[in-house]
Amino acid sequence: MTATADFATQPGLHEDPVTRFEADFAARRRRARLAWLIGAAVFLTILALTAWIGDFFKITQITLPDGSRDWRWIIPAGIPRLGEYISQTIPVLRWETLGADIGEWFWRWKTWLVLLFETILIAYMATVVGVIGGFLLSFPAARNLAPNKWVLWITRRYLEIARTVPDLVWALIFVFCFGVGPMAGVAAIGLHATGALGKLYSEVNENIDMRPLEGVKAAGGTWFDQIRYGAVPQVLPNILSYTLLRFEINVRSSSIIGYVGAGGLGQEFRTAMSFQEYTDLSALFIIILVTVMLIDYGSEKLRHRVIGMEARP
Amino acid sequence: MTMTPDQIAAARARVPRAFRALLPVRLRQIALRAGMLGLFLWCLYDFDITPARIWIGLERLGTVLSFMFPPHIWTSWEAFSEILKGLGETLAIAFLGTLIGAVFAFPLSFLGARNINRLTFWRLGARRGYDVIRAFETLILALIFIRAFGLGPLPGILAIAVSEIGTFAKLFSEAIENTSEKPVEGVRASGGSRLQQIRFGIMPQVSPVMLSILLYNFESNVRSGTILGIVGAGGIGFLLSDRIAAYKWDEAWSIIFLIIAMVYVIDALSGLIRTRLIGKTDLAR
Repeated sequence: MTATADFATQPGLHEDPVTRFEADFAARRRRARLAWLIGAAVFLTILALTAWIGDFFKITQITLPDGSRDWRWIIPAGIPRLGEYISQTIPVLRWETLGADIGEWFWRWKTWLVLLFETILIAYMATVVGVIGGFLLSFPAARNLAPNKWVLWITRRYLEIARTVPDLVWALIFVFCFGVGPMAGVAAIGLHATGALGKLYSEVNENIDMRPLEGVKAAGGTWFDQIRYGAVPQVLPNILSYTLLRFEINVRSSSIIGYVGAGGLGQEFRTAMSFQEYTDLSALFIIILVTVMLIDYGSEKLRHRVIGMEARP
Repeated sequence: MTMTPDQIAAARARVPRAFRALLPVRLRQIALRAGMLGLFLWCLYDFDITPARIWIGLERLGTVLSFMFPPHIWTSWEAFSEILKGLGETLAIAFLGTLIGAVFAFPLSFLGARNINRLTFWRLGARRGYDVIRAFETLILALIFIRAFGLGPLPGILAIAVSEIGTFAKLFSEAIENTSEKPVEGVRASGGSRLQQIRFGIMPQVSPVMLSILLYNFESNVRSGTILGIVGAGGIGFLLSDRIAAYKWDEAWSIIFLIIAMVYVIDALSGLIRTRLIGKTDLAR
């Protein structure tokens, strides 16, 4: 009874509906405007703060054409330097001597080809390491499959740390441990891939149908039997598709991981930069770009086939 | 309920394909597995991965890991403020990189959407263009920008912005393609121009999806922002690689833990904002 009593004594109930609607609408509009205003103010404050931290307002010294030094805002000061730098990396290609010019541009092609092969092999090995590690850990890390709570908690934390620390940081650590060379790269990218794949696989595992597992359990299967005959056949297509995607990512990582000494084409970047071989940089850039695009394309085609396989009953 | 071998043999004879795949399929499987195993073994040989090297490496890794406890705690404010500044720079790099990338990608994304750009040739060209931009490595871009703008966070911001243009343009154009035509038809029926159809028919549908994509990529850029410093593009990575180069493992581990904590906080915050603004949706996944 009290509720209706409150309702009856509410102000404005006996006013005409149009006025009531208009008052309500105006209040809502005021609130929406205020929310927008606060949101915009917060956004602009963050924008200004980050721009200030990000050196957008920095004043830098530049050399004028007549040799004197002057202070300029960093953005207009940097853009001509960027253009100059990029034009330095573009080699001279003449139509008459095109073959010789390209030959000169890619003069280290034998070394680069070997290193490119090594880059792809590092990605392959790291994918293998990541798949094995991620696959084994994805079952104890899945909420519905973990044997007990502690195993779940520990595997999940391990996977989180492995994927939150970037592979380049792992590479810095592993170069110290395993020495300079592709082994450190395999360990670094493999560990990072373990973390990323373990998470994705465990999410796949959490979405499976539990009835086949119960069937295996009813027939007297152990935990391992349940996983092997109940879970694995269900998750395989998804896992295959994620693995191919990861291989693409690993190729990208392994192409730059040599910069810290962990093998692959990345070390040539460092060499070219320190010897100021500008045209080498553009050559390497093109090699990596073409490789990455080719591998992306091929793996995309494969992935669509795998997903098609899954869709078929 | 145990079956005798006879029964199993009978079942095998009745439905042979339930027990074994056809011969070509089996051969293909064997060849694939042998090829992968062979490549793996060849890699082991080529990379000189021997048990001895693994053992020595693990021993040294154990030494490195032993510096994790007790964690290093910065006692002076000067030392700690340097770390905080690095973390702040990383966040600034991720935020501005994402924002600038999105601002440039937004107009480009309309070129690649089927329901906006009806010229197939141009649309496919735009899509290939996004792929080319996406294939640029952030770290290599950072190296280029460092030459122009000097060491510091600015080259990092620009590197992330450029590589995000391709990603955002692709994701945004897919979001635009996934909209319903009905609101657009409604606006057209009431006499709206093409621009008004886009503004009032398509934008309300895609803006939550775009916001979700933005937040999601911001999270991932916080992660990639931590490594840009290794090549000198500012942020916490610069301090981390400096500590590792000096073998100050205890400080390095503390920085790594701070990075992990920062990534956790950012993920949680952005998840919170996403659910608040958009509601629980998995459109952008």
